[in-house]
Amino acid sequence: QKNGVSNGSLYKKTFIEHFEQAPMYVAVLTFLGFGVGTIFGYLRDFMRAWGLEKRNIATEREQQKDFVPLYQDFENFYTRNLYMRIRDNWNRPICSVPGPQFDLMERVTDDYNWTFRFTGRIIKNVINMGSYNYLGFAETDINALKTVTIELQKYGTGVCSTRQEMGTLDKHIELEKLVAKFLGVEDAMVFGMGFATNSMNIPALVGKGCLILSDELNHTSLVLGARLSGATIRIFKHNNMQSLEKLLRDAIIYGQPRSRRAWRKIIILVEGIYSMEGSIVRLPEIVSLKKKYKAYLYLDEAHSIGAVGATGRGVVEYFGMSPDDVDVLMGTFTKSFGAAGGYIAGKKDLVDFLRTHSHSAVYATSMCPPVAEQIIRAMKCLMGLDGTTQGLQRVRQLGKNTRYFRRRLHEMGFIIYGNDDSPVVPLLLYMPGKIGAFARRMLEKNIGVVVVGFPATPITESRARFCVSAAHTREMLDTVLNALDELGDFLHLKYSRYSKSSHPELYEETRFELED
Amino acid sequence: PPTHIITVNGKECINFASFNFLGLLENEKVKSTAQASLKKYGVGTCGPRGFYGTFDVHLELEERLAKFMRTEEAIIYSYGFATIASAIPAYSKRGDIVFVDEAACFAIQKGLQASRSNIKLFKHNDMTDLERLLKEQETEDQKNPRKARVTRRFIVVEGLYMNTGDICPLPELIKLKYKYKVRIFLEESLSFGVLGEHGRGVTEHFGINIDDIDLISANMENSLASIGGFCCGRSFIIDHQRLSGQGYCFSASLPPLLAAAAIEALNIMEDNPGIFQTLWAKCEWIHKSLQGISGLKVVGESFSPVLHLQLEESCGSRENDEKLLKRVVDYCMNGGIALTQARYLEKEEKCLPPPSIRLVVTVEQTKQELDRAASLLRKATQSILN
Repeated sequence: QKNGVSNGSLYKKTFIEHFEQAPMYVAVLTFLGFGVGTIFGYLRDFMRAWGLEKRNIATEREQQKDFVPLYQDFENFYTRNLYMRIRDNWNRPICSVPGPQFDLMERVTDDYNWTFRFTGRIIKNVINMGSYNYLGFAETDINALKTVTIELQKYGTGVCSTRQEMGTLDKHIELEKLVAKFLGVEDAMVFGMGFATNSMNIPALVGKGCLILSDELNHTSLVLGARLSGATIRIFKHNNMQSLEKLLRDAIIYGQPRSRRAWRKIIILVEGIYSMEGSIVRLPEIVSLKKKYKAYLYLDEAHSIGAVGATGRGVVEYFGMSPDDVDVLMGTFTKSFGAAGGYIAGKKDLVDFLRTHSHSAVYATSMCPPVAEQIIRAMKCLMGLDGTTQGLQRVRQLGKNTRYFRRRLHEMGFIIYGNDDSPVVPLLLYMPGKIGAFARRMLEKNIGVVVVGFPATPITESRARFCVSAAHTREMLDTVLNALDELGDFLHLKYSRYSKSSHPELYEETRFELED
Repeated sequence: PPTHIITVNGKECINFASFNFLGLLENEKVKSTAQASLKKYGVGTCGPRGFYGTFDVHLELEERLAKFMRTEEAIIYSYGFATIASAIPAYSKRGDIVFVDEAACFAIQKGLQASRSNIKLFKHNDMTDLERLLKEQETEDQKNPRKARVTRRFIVVEGLYMNTGDICPLPELIKLKYKYKVRIFLEESLSFGVLGEHGRGVTEHFGINIDDIDLISANMENSLASIGGFCCGRSFIIDHQRLSGQGYCFSASLPPLLAAAAIEALNIMEDNPGIFQTLWAKCEWIHKSLQGISGLKVVGESFSPVLHLQLEESCGSRENDEKLLKRVVDYCMNGGIALTQARYLEKEEKCLPPPSIRLVVTVEQTKQELDRAASLLRKATQSILN
């Protein structure tokens, strides 16, 4: 369904998201494909068990054969039989900077993907549509990395201590002040790993007796943090505000499950951009709901910080809202800033509480100084503090690239999910056979794409996911689009039922041939 | 920079608090390898391992670690805490049984919590207690043999315990393993690069065949002066984590400059096996010189580079103990020795260790500095605790 609803006063610009459903025959063929794969899987397992076929996987030690088996046979059924067939499309090793183009190491397999062998050749200048390099900060330009090299020489690579012991360096304090200024909040705290930021701080903020309302499609780190906290978790449908409101009302009316007491805290966990769907969270509605029912909001901006918004400050700026509306702003530096680590920002009380009570401050090492310096220089560039407008140009270039790419894909007739402004573009493939074929043929054309299937996505909706970057030029995008066009016709991927006219829109014509 | 001489709040002190055991934080070769890798790869990897985040440096580091530890395969994580916290839930699920030591570190506790298995704690380093629990489990199994055939059993121990500085009795554990058919996960964060003739850890120290241990997990943040962690073992076990280790599949990979630094640090460790002997000698020296201090007792093995100094008699409440220890630490800081109190999250730990000062011995400290630290501590306890 197409949501073209502009919600009057809440949304300042139109919020268009697409989640088109495929025609029925596609779903049937997908199930058929999985069915055939499963039957063959059983056949081969049978042959392997009876010794008719060679067993290629590693086995248990002789001395430990009578121990309880470590893996149930059934758990690995999917891995052994379906994933193994197309395994060469993942974990592809690269040997250059993950910029808009990179060099892939060529690997071949002699025994149908059970083992790989490197031929030693390097495939050069493959166009990179898979790395999370939204603003193009993954670069090796010597001038850009000058400060990072200086810091590396001065500080070395490790820290060897936790934040509360000897691990707080002056670099961390500088970085935290900069992050707080960038986002427009009072204070911020940085951590060494993005995944760990979620899984170690959510348990510090909520505990037993609290309620967590989390979106259906939240990332594993949020789910893990919620489970480790011990609070009750309730799930609402993806980006569906009616479902969320119903849950909130039930929570307030009925209270805790058995004692009927009021919940100590109600916290809503959402992400800025969902990486598998490309959809953007409906922030204005959530904020109005949160204010009405007095809940807290935890926003995970892993993909959206730096990528959306007029100056790259994330979904809060994209919707024109103030950062005070969100209680906990969390994000990672891996995607748009080309470094590693995560942060949590918000009011000063919150951050001071986390400095003493977060699991990571006490037990986990702090961020490494050269990485912190990379984030500082990227953020200064974005904010314009280094004296150039390069940061703003990158954000604008990303916006232009995103809109161009999505528009052309729509015109060609592919099914694309997600919001028109999100740089994450999932292209639906559906059938399991096409996953392998698509990725391999794109590699032959020198384009590296990422394909995802079950279990990261629902079983019928396997997709290819493109990450548009500000460093991609128009020519690179055109090459990719032409290749997609050819491949779409060859593999019959153009499922979209919304026919697009082949002549361009009238208002795009800049020259009219006036007939006298 | 947290190196041998550290500036704390503007005052220069000798660093007895960072876990920089082999002094590799300041090593020029490590830094220049990191610089070269920075020029080639940039800083971040911009993707998880499955989606073009695997660099040739990662593959090389995994091979080198596997060869160094003499196992079949190794897998790298980008954060030390996440290593053991993702490895345990990959194998142990709801319904499985895990026997874990009471003094296990926080990362292990979080990994166990995430795995939702049944956890049985046994007293620290007490093999009779563990045997008692294993026997109880055996009698339970005989009541329900069908269920027993599918519940997996694990023992999780650390090589050198962070909270007490002791070593685990590995030979007895191996005997128990084969007697009761339990798998062993060994966590070697402190002992990797410290114990053993070539630095291979507790297995080399006791001379045990490394295949007897199912999984060895360690973090590179202590001896290797990098960031991240690794697990090593047989391919049968390690390969499973490539698809089901949460911190591996769903998180960006280690920045290549840190991986290159770790490779160079491994090279240095392999080339000079003499530094381990130096480290042990220094540990023994300080252990001896701290023995006679009144008011403080030294907890930890004589060859362990991490020592805890606890109060001999506690003054009642934990808070007062901590305040006293803080005064000792401040006194030493003014005298030019940087120490730290061991920090714990009081409400979250299962078995809270008593408050203590943690002293770390590194290869770079000279005998005079060690003596100076010992005498300063003596003076501190005399003035504050009496």
